[in-house]
Amino acid sequence: MKQTNPSDVTFRSYAIGFVLSIALTVEAYVIALNHLAGSAGWALVLALVGLALTQMVIQLIFFLGLGRGPRPKLDLIVFFFMIVVVSILVLGSLWIMYNLNYRMTSPSQINNYLHLQDGI
Amino acid sequence: MNYFGGLLGRLTLQALQHNLVTSVGVIMMSLGIILVVGLMFYFKRWRWLWKNWLTSLDPKKIGVMYIVVAVLMLLRGGADALMMRAQQATSVGAAHGLLSSNQFQQVFSAHGTIMILFAAMGLMFGLINLVLPLQIGARDVAFPFLNATSFWLFAAGAALINISLAIGDFSTAGWLAYPPLSELRYSPGVGVDYWIWSVQITGIGSLLSGINFLVTILKLRCKGMTLMKMPMFVWSVFGSMVLVIFAFPVLTVTLALLFLDRSLGMHFFTAGGGGNAMMYVNLIWAWGHPEVYILILPAFGVFSEIVATFSQKRLFGYRSMVWAIWAITFLSFSVWLHHFFTMGAGADVNAFFGIMTMIIAVPTGVKVFNWLFTMYRGRIRFKTPMLWFMGFIVTFTIGGVAGVLMGVPAIDFQVHNSLFLVAHFHTMIIGGVVFGYFAGLTYWFPKSFGFKLNERLGKYAFWCWLIGFLTAFLPLYILGLMGATRRIDHYDASLGWQGLFIVAAIGVAIIGLGIAFQVLQVAFSIWQRKSNLDLSGDPWNGRTLEWSTSSPAPVYNFAILPEVSDRDPFWATKQSKLVEDAKPNYKPIAMPKNSGLAIMIAGLAFLFGFGAVWHIYWLPAVCLMGIIVCIIVRTTNDHSQYLISADEIQKIEDANATRRQYA
Amino acid sequence: MSQALEIEEPNQVASDSKTIFGFWVYIMTDCVLFASLFATYAVLHNNTFGGPSGRQLFSLPFVLTETLILLTSSFSCGLGLLAAHKGEKAKVMAWFGLTFLLGLAFLTLELTEFKHLVSQGDSWRESGFLSAFFTLVGTHGLHIATGLCWMSVMIFQVSRRGLVAANVRRLTLLSMFWHFLDIIWIFIFTIVYLLGVVQP
Repeated sequence: MKQTNPSDVTFRSYAIGFVLSIALTVEAYVIALNHLAGSAGWALVLALVGLALTQMVIQLIFFLGLGRGPRPKLDLIVFFFMIVVVSILVLGSLWIMYNLNYRMTSPSQINNYLHLQDGI
Repeated sequence: MNYFGGLLGRLTLQALQHNLVTSVGVIMMSLGIILVVGLMFYFKRWRWLWKNWLTSLDPKKIGVMYIVVAVLMLLRGGADALMMRAQQATSVGAAHGLLSSNQFQQVFSAHGTIMILFAAMGLMFGLINLVLPLQIGARDVAFPFLNATSFWLFAAGAALINISLAIGDFSTAGWLAYPPLSELRYSPGVGVDYWIWSVQITGIGSLLSGINFLVTILKLRCKGMTLMKMPMFVWSVFGSMVLVIFAFPVLTVTLALLFLDRSLGMHFFTAGGGGNAMMYVNLIWAWGHPEVYILILPAFGVFSEIVATFSQKRLFGYRSMVWAIWAITFLSFSVWLHHFFTMGAGADVNAFFGIMTMIIAVPTGVKVFNWLFTMYRGRIRFKTPMLWFMGFIVTFTIGGVAGVLMGVPAIDFQVHNSLFLVAHFHTMIIGGVVFGYFAGLTYWFPKSFGFKLNERLGKYAFWCWLIGFLTAFLPLYILGLMGATRRIDHYDASLGWQGLFIVAAIGVAIIGLGIAFQVLQVAFSIWQRKSNLDLSGDPWNGRTLEWSTSSPAPVYNFAILPEVSDRDPFWATKQSKLVEDAKPNYKPIAMPKNSGLAIMIAGLAFLFGFGAVWHIYWLPAVCLMGIIVCIIVRTTNDHSQYLISADEIQKIEDANATRRQYA
Repeated sequence: MSQALEIEEPNQVASDSKTIFGFWVYIMTDCVLFASLFATYAVLHNNTFGGPSGRQLFSLPFVLTETLILLTSSFSCGLGLLAAHKGEKAKVMAWFGLTFLLGLAFLTLELTEFKHLVSQGDSWRESGFLSAFFTLVGTHGLHIATGLCWMSVMIFQVSRRGLVAANVRRLTLLSMFWHFLDIIWIFIFTIVYLLGVVQP
């Protein structure tokens, strides 16, 4: 892929990726089903997001062949830079907006806000 | 009254209503268009224009077209500036100046949008097109057709913002259109929609250029030119394009969300319905901050080239310059909140971004010192490009320290959205970006056109710009500290501000004189070109590869792609006094054929935007189909290149060698 | 584009490598685009303005079906690309044809969900949450639709001109695009639907 001979990604690669992805998808689905009662703590969020990130890595490697081939460095560098920028933008925005939302909610709305936001 | 049973959306004859100010604008625009069209018919140059310019995929041509459009937009933005200064100098107490509040708001909104997104970006992409392939020893950019499409999309955006002068109104919400003001409820007219679509269309062009130039730098460098041997201009473009690639998608999304709010009744940023206007501010500045670094980095690159060439000394501290570019690029993504310290975030958030803001000043400082160290013990020639650099050093430092000052949240609370802020960012953009690109234009003009610009008029222009700029903006720093807010079209006489506003107006008039000198310089230089010919291709005793070609360079740039082993490879060649191959072995070269599809795609994009603005719903749908068809047609074109035979290359090279002998 | 005489031009592999890398860079920009939409969704997902939240609106079995369909299409797309590199034209048409159908099924299911929500009064106009939901998921859907258009053009081109270098290169780009869309869907599936349903 990319700078490489594209048939670096073999049938085995696609098959392994496919099976693993199905497994990860179903596992996430089952976890969610078991927690419909609504007490969604951070552990649950981390578990589900973790499964998603794992599946992303699986598909990047097994479907897209990221990192394979004679000189894959450039694609990886661009990819990691994107991850860094996206993390800064998304996490930064979440931090900023969370902070702003709390501080800029009017006193009359604050109880409602805290109830919705933090389940207080 | 709607004609054609709604076929024209909300476009009615009322859109053509004008007041005095817009009438003058429309008349001048129309006269300009009539003049150009008339000249084309008179000299029978339509075919020539189409074949040699409008359908060209040659970045040397595309660069010139970018600069032409950018300069026209600079003039329009400058006219806005003149109006604003006139207004603020005269609209005191009982007097209310020549503009109504509504007009004034349209003028400052247009001014900011035009200057940043069309004048500055246009000059930048223009210079990159002209210089980048030559400096890396390549024949072209990575994707020539995409390059042309990017230019024409830029032009389409410019056309859209200009047509808003004639048909309908422009936005009154500032150059960034904050909601809730920019939402449908408070801006029900077409103005904000015009703003959204002209910025969106040009933004897509910019994003495509970012990809194009990044791949060009990474994949098309000539043999031996490792990353650490690239000219500093190329490094700076690299950093800038990395920023373009990661910042512009945020702009695309934000504009789209605002448009969805306005057109489909969504609630992203509305003042009710679960919207959050602060999220818009957050997103738009997550793009907006990288944008200003996108503009300044190539200007830094231009100065690196110029300081080395005109000090006749290699650039000091190459490695630290590269490090500084990377640091600036990376840190650009971590400071954006400093544009809205006062929106209400807590001290922890503000402090983090304040500290990051101060840190980002450090690599810039490193660059300034490296330029000064380059000059130290050099044999400096004070040609016009070097003067622009000296002007930059003075002004950019002033603006820079003002910026670091505002990076302290507590101080920013005092001066946010005051004229102090306005003075700061104009100092950076004019002193940094504009001076840099003017320097670049003067420096690379001979390479592009084959003759030099008149030196004396260039110097007059520079001094008018420098003195005019300081006269116009130093008072604004003071006014800001006195409490003057930005974007005001009237104020009380008792405030005692008028004197300084009058000084500022005089300053802008001096800048206007500077612009007049520049126009005169170009006209006079064209008239006198035969006595200013650049026969050697190296008018400045340059150091980098572009100076090894003729002026102008042949369409294929290099008959034989160069192989380098040093930084400043052309300088190394000149020093070693290598004897060139008497009879080089030329091989045929494949170059891209012209294509009218690029201008067609952009024309459809323009109509798409126009239709979206006026709710002429069938128009965007049809145009989108058309664009898809154009793309498919382009991909089915198997014969998109033509061959230049070895004989033709021989002839061109021989002719250029003859010219060099007369140098 | 191969010529009999010796031309000074970048060879095919280098040219392909440049194009494929350029497309990869484009996909990175598309990631930032989706990241912005995700950030917006994350900020607005509690802004239901008194209306329903994800918990009330999403059906997990439905979404699992969509997910598995798209995942399978990503797999079949990969197999199609393998066949393209081996020069097996008929297999290419078959696998990409299957990918197309699966993609179309996915899109149909998604549009059905949208239609259902709108018809019961939960359109994008009702709240910040719903605006963000429709836009994030809808943008992904638009990308899928674009991919399907591209796929149909490619299937047509392959049938007409066979597996020439340009077509194989474009199938490579298309596959990159299609895999990328499945990866984005993983996050939509997790962050919008799964997290939406488990949170109060």
